Amino acid sequence: MTTTQEKKTLVLKGIGVSPGIVVGKAYLFDPLDVQLSFYKLDNAALIPQEIQRFKNALKESERQLLEIQANLKKTKFNEPLYVIDVHILILRDKKFISRTMNYIRRLGINAEWAVRMMLDRYKKIFAGVEDTYISSRISDVQYVTQRILRNLSGKKRQTTWGFDDNVIVVAHDISPADTAQMKMEKVRGFATDIGGRTSHTAIVARSMEIPAVAGLDNITSLVQMADIIIVDGTSGLVIVNPYPDMLKRYEEKKIHYTAAKNEYLSHAKLPATTLDNYHVQIGGNIEFVEEIPTAIAHGAEYIGLYRTEFIYINSESLPTEEDHFNNYRQVVEAKELLWSTIRTFDLGGDKFPSNSRTAKEMNPQMGLRAIRFCLREIDLFKTQLRAIWRASAIGKVKILFPMISGIEEIREAKQLLQEAKDELVAEGVSVAPAMEIGAMIEVPSAVVIADKLAGEVDFFSIGTNDLIQYALAIDRANEHLAYLYEPLHPAVLRLLKNVVDVAHKANIRVAMCGEMAGDPICCLILLGMELDELSMSHLAIPRIKRIIRASSLQDAKVLLQNAMSFNIASEVRAYVQDYMTQHFPNEFQKEED
Amino acid sequence: MVEIRTFTLKNKLGMHARPAANFVKIAQQFKSDIYIERNGQTVNGKSILGLLTLACPYNGSLTIRAEGQDVLAAMKALGNLIENKFGED
Repeated sequence: MTTTQEKKTLVLKGIGVSPGIVVGKAYLFDPLDVQLSFYKLDNAALIPQEIQRFKNALKESERQLLEIQANLKKTKFNEPLYVIDVHILILRDKKFISRTMNYIRRLGINAEWAVRMMLDRYKKIFAGVEDTYISSRISDVQYVTQRILRNLSGKKRQTTWGFDDNVIVVAHDISPADTAQMKMEKVRGFATDIGGRTSHTAIVARSMEIPAVAGLDNITSLVQMADIIIVDGTSGLVIVNPYPDMLKRYEEKKIHYTAAKNEYLSHAKLPATTLDNYHVQIGGNIEFVEEIPTAIAHGAEYIGLYRTEFIYINSESLPTEEDHFNNYRQVVEAKELLWSTIRTFDLGGDKFPSNSRTAKEMNPQMGLRAIRFCLREIDLFKTQLRAIWRASAIGKVKILFPMISGIEEIREAKQLLQEAKDELVAEGVSVAPAMEIGAMIEVPSAVVIADKLAGEVDFFSIGTNDLIQYALAIDRANEHLAYLYEPLHPAVLRLLKNVVDVAHKANIRVAMCGEMAGDPICCLILLGMELDELSMSHLAIPRIKRIIRASSLQDAKVLLQNAMSFNIASEVRAYVQDYMTQHFPNEFQKEED
Repeated sequence: MVEIRTFTLKNKLGMHARPAANFVKIAQQFKSDIYIERNGQTVNGKSILGLLTLACPYNGSLTIRAEGQDVLAAMKALGNLIENKFGED
């Protein structure tokens, strides 16, 4: 893990105006980065000259817009052309021109000042318009005046793109004309302060089929050049400087999104039942409540993993019980979901803004984090547990404790959970009569004592990301070791099979919520193990469901048995991959993009 | 010659940028002066900013007053545009 990830992660909520997910570097685009000066003319004799300057700027602006329009006509996105028409009509608007010249004449001010006053005048008029669709057209006036001002200053603007190919343009707003100043082939997404579904940003982004989030209020003041940015146009979220795990998750989502984009979501809600009638419950992993509607649309039957870390990271101070509750409530209120599994805090203490003094750890993945940290910071933990109980009164909630490595941890956590409930009941707060308790199975020791752990909990949820990392002793962030990270490693398959068998023997359900659950190549292997639930990034759901529906448990069991007979990871991989691509040619044809 | 007619806007988004642009482009093709009246406010029909600031919404009504030589043709062209919902839905 590198140390460059020191910048604070910010999650901004706006309006998703063009779907898709993209990761890139921020480019702050400011169409008006010239210095303007406003001044009174020294004497009346200068007025004709100033008016001529204004007229020249109008002429130059129109010439530029016509040129941009001609260039746009040659490209495939013609949709925004009318916007430029509107801008040209404004430039030619007689009232606009005569009023501006009147300002110059009457007030003896320079053209810049007069244009600025015209803009303010129209701002006032448009602000009085009730129809938001029409009042937002002030942005057109803004563009035109900005262009005039730029031409008044006489500076030729050189747009520089100093860095690599994945550019996310961050701007106050984006007009089709602005895009002419960008190297569009390098632009992967937009994030803007203002605008909604009908804004120019939205029109441009959709016609180019790149993700965009608008209406973020002040992203231009929060982002710096070359910050890493994720634009999730599907959920309307922009994440600035994502911490490494989050970044990795979004890279995965991006791949799934590309695969899911062209699929018919109408089939997504069909159950994942095999041809021989074995049913797997399919859930969605979420991090933000905003992701719930898309998760449901993609066929999530429940939330199998609600990551709560973000509630901590996003606030300057420690989150209160209300902060937690407000988030959980929105999750459990979604009626289409069978239940929601809330996982308690799963990061290290260093992630707290208020706790930065925590000593640097040599090996944070194995450090003081998750349940270990929570059992040490009991007050903080209880705040979260109380909020989860309160949410349980509203809708079905299950709780999941991360990083359990031994019996004493789960017992202690359960004890605190019971205390939190008793306190609430004593206070007269309503809670559910009971809550199912789960243990994350992600530490190898938990796999070894799974039979004993099964006696303590209602369900297991296997976290494959950490389990594989710990079992194979591979730092996932280390590029040199990436080749060793193999979910289909014979040792991993044995671990997984063991957990499922032990759980079923003890009569509890087993879920999987790691990335492996959403990996279509591994799908039948997991089916063959008879996992009860698979929870994944919602974008992966339609494909996984389709594969399961087209398979039989019987065949999956044979595949698993054969796969487990190999001694070497690469052999397993080759065998499973061959089998899957042969049996599901349609699902795997686009793998190489 | 003077020609006056009142219309109701039937396109969903009312007189937003695209319809206004189409209206102005057609109005500018005629020699006659074109004025639009709505709620006691009058604007020049050849000015896009005027038309936008009129803020005529869906189902709102506006009155076109044309003065000049080619008022009949102008009114016909503008009337068609409005009745065809500016080519939108």
